[in-house]
Amino acid sequence: MKLIFEKSQHGRRAGTLPSYDLPAAEVPDELRRSEPPRLPELAEPEIVRHFTALADRTFGVDTGFYPLGSCTMKHNPRVNERVVALPGFRDLHPLQEEDGAQGALELMWLLQEILAEVCGLHAVSLQPAAGSQGELTGLMLMRAYFADRGEAEQRKVVITADTAHGTNPASVTMAGFQLQKAETDARGNLDLDDLRAKVNEETAGLMLTNPSTLGLFDEHIEEVAEIFHEAGALVYYDGANLNAVCGISRPGDMGFDIVHINLHKTFSQPHGGGGPGGGPIVVRDILEPFIPAPAVVRDGDEFRLDYDRPKSIGKVRGYTGPFGVFVRSYAFIRAYGPDLRRMSEVAVLNANYMLSRLKGTYDLPFERLCMHEFVLSARNLKRDHGVNALDVAKRLMDYGFHPPTIYFPLIVPEALMIEPTETEAKETLDAFCDAMEKIAEEAAGDPSILKEAPHRRPVRRLDEVKAAKRAIVKYGFDQHPDLGGEPAEGETVEVQKGA
Amino acid sequence: MRYLSLTDSDQEAMLAAIGVSSIEELFKDIPESVRFDRPLDLEPALSEPELVAHLEELAGKNVHTGRELSFLGAGIYDHYVPAIVDAILARGEFLTAYTPYQPEMSQGVLQAIFEYQTAICELTGMDVSNASGYDGTTVAADACYVAKHATGRTKVVLAETLNPQVRQVVKTYAPGFGLEVVEVPHSDGVTDPDDLRKAAEDAACVVFQQPNFFGCLEPAPELAAAANDAEALAVAHVDPVSLGVLEAPGRYGCAIAIGEGQSAGNYQSYGGPHYGFIAMRSDFIRRMPGRIVGETTDTAGERGYVLTLQTREQHIRREKATSNITTNQTLLALAGLAHLSWLGPQGLRELGETCMSLAAHTRDRLGLPLVFPERTTFKEFAVRVGRPAEEAIRAARAEGVHPGYALKRDYSGMEDALLVCVTEKRSPADIDRLAEVLAA
Repeated sequence: MKLIFEKSQHGRRAGTLPSYDLPAAEVPDELRRSEPPRLPELAEPEIVRHFTALADRTFGVDTGFYPLGSCTMKHNPRVNERVVALPGFRDLHPLQEEDGAQGALELMWLLQEILAEVCGLHAVSLQPAAGSQGELTGLMLMRAYFADRGEAEQRKVVITADTAHGTNPASVTMAGFQLQKAETDARGNLDLDDLRAKVNEETAGLMLTNPSTLGLFDEHIEEVAEIFHEAGALVYYDGANLNAVCGISRPGDMGFDIVHINLHKTFSQPHGGGGPGGGPIVVRDILEPFIPAPAVVRDGDEFRLDYDRPKSIGKVRGYTGPFGVFVRSYAFIRAYGPDLRRMSEVAVLNANYMLSRLKGTYDLPFERLCMHEFVLSARNLKRDHGVNALDVAKRLMDYGFHPPTIYFPLIVPEALMIEPTETEAKETLDAFCDAMEKIAEEAAGDPSILKEAPHRRPVRRLDEVKAAKRAIVKYGFDQHPDLGGEPAEGETVEVQKGA
Repeated sequence: MRYLSLTDSDQEAMLAAIGVSSIEELFKDIPESVRFDRPLDLEPALSEPELVAHLEELAGKNVHTGRELSFLGAGIYDHYVPAIVDAILARGEFLTAYTPYQPEMSQGVLQAIFEYQTAICELTGMDVSNASGYDGTTVAADACYVAKHATGRTKVVLAETLNPQVRQVVKTYAPGFGLEVVEVPHSDGVTDPDDLRKAAEDAACVVFQQPNFFGCLEPAPELAAAANDAEALAVAHVDPVSLGVLEAPGRYGCAIAIGEGQSAGNYQSYGGPHYGFIAMRSDFIRRMPGRIVGETTDTAGERGYVLTLQTREQHIRREKATSNITTNQTLLALAGLAHLSWLGPQGLRELGETCMSLAAHTRDRLGLPLVFPERTTFKEFAVRVGRPAEEAIRAARAEGVHPGYALKRDYSGMEDALLVCVTEKRSPADIDRLAEVLAA
């Protein structure tokens, strides 16, 4: 398919602007644009067709089942799109005076109250733009907390689990801490002996996902928190898997001090092909003085922005955060009310049902009930038939499913991480399990079907090695190289895809 | 349960298949002591019509730019968003997909990102753009981190005329990044190249904004030269709407161009979600934060697109990654691509010229003393209203006009300074109305 730039014809245009009979703008010569940017030149019909064709070549939750583990690809209610487009939200300027933004501030305050209740903690900042930024913000709070106690120099190590998302160690580095890794035991819990040996007066805290990325709830979570608290350290909850436990178990009650929530996962902000997201943080009272400014507070019947927070870490993002995400998540939660618990129950039921169907066909590394997602291993297919997790993933596409997350978590070889979410019907879960079983049979019968998959997508397997080597990251117009002449290997790298 | 498909008989069959007798039993691994033993204290569920009514009531308490004639800018702008943007973003495939980890499922969104990267590189004159950053503030912190690694230096210099929101975010990130932040005061509304040259000594980078926060045109090529003289990277924070009229940062010696994308394709939305863009010279491609889409071929030799250079990223490189960013702002960046495609090069130039000439007309029409009378301005300019700016704002708002931003919120000595913004959506009649209420 042609790029929009390749469809461009000089002299065509779509947009027109009002023209007023005013003197022309005077741009000083030395600052004036010397050559126009080569933006596409198309009339409206061709622009619409172009993006429609691109949409046709994209697979979303609206298209079909999307069990990408750790990403919580649930249905995105359309009423949320309607309310976010109300002019009172959509056309509100972030620097509007507080008396002109009372509805927005009230909505944010209400959402803060809800998130505090769901997490069993005290104070909320909605500012962080996504989960990763929530992590970084949480670590900045740790730093500020220890600095306030005169322990900034001493507390330099943050521990993450060996099952952690890559964001955890990356955030540790960005926040200026040193990383230490904790090990998982044979049941899929954190290894307590290993933790006790590692936690000391240099430890600032732990970052943990619970349920873990294995889809398992840590059975010793209270002991884990205690080990850190006794050493004077803090415990951070990576909320990536909060969809498993809303109304069932609260991070604050488990002993966590700081939580980030992925509004685009648990609370249904559409994922948008990669974003936007929202990564609010929820904290215990001892950390409240440090949360980003401004904070949204209530004064009687009025809502306002509180900038007077001398111990605040400062701003982590412009204005007060991704407001449109708040509108959608608030609307999503209000549609459930106290029955939000049902959302998590069904997410866990769906995952366990699929697990029960598939554990005979694929290896199950930890023989336990799962939470909202589970991890299988295709190592049996690799050993017996020479096909790997990547081949299974590519073949699933031919059956009309988005593949699960693969090669993650790193401690499971040939990992297939499956998260159905609560919004899928039993027939869909069954159809996916049927396909997984059929693929295992194909692997035994004719593995080349898997090796050459996908067969029914707009492109065949793509050469990722060539992409990295050539690094063609924009259209080059008349200088654009022709890669068609180079041999294609279809070298897809066996690395984490998803999560 | 309108978002759930589960029936009672489904539930029964599924529990039986699992081999448990109740949903409760599925949670047996959660220690009793941390199980939540009461219903969540949340307001009762709302049906869809009730939900819409409730949110309409909340939205109704906000004074948006359709209710108040707005001249408020200062970083977020009331530009026209074309109808095709709404139509394209409503496509469920774009709306409900995630990061294109499996390229054969996601050629459409991958190609769209590749086209976005191309458009950003064309606007800025740079070699490589990522798939988007969170907003115009965090991309500045990203640029400083790139510069630290590229130069081995830890000082970053920010022009005081850089949006205060951006400066505040860079300062929040600085301790973790191991950076020291130095600010260069403005000299009569713009940055003095000699001041900047002195500050840039031993600095990793210099970040300035064009047009700056006051709306003034900086001597950008001279500022970039001052940074380059000190072997610090020149980083320009630019408004996409200005780049049909003003020179591309890549053409006057900048190493990195960043900016807030909102004015191209996004509604104001009380500050987000929007997209930040970051583009740089190819020298720094391996330090770029976030997703990058690259071209390749499939096994049949057909052209296709994949996420590339992923060994920079957190999911592969973990603690050695260039950034922790995962979820970005792809949908908002797609809106930017759609808006820029709708405008085309001619439309983008006209948009910049229209805003600039409307703002010049407003300046004359108001007849108020300018805070920086010597400067050329783009779509914003600062005037003295002869009384505390908040008072003037309050009085104008009582008349249904929001006249602008009180600069004293961020700058000293600006008690009576009002930053007025004029976009293509404000007509000469609107401007007459502004003049009338400010004169009252």
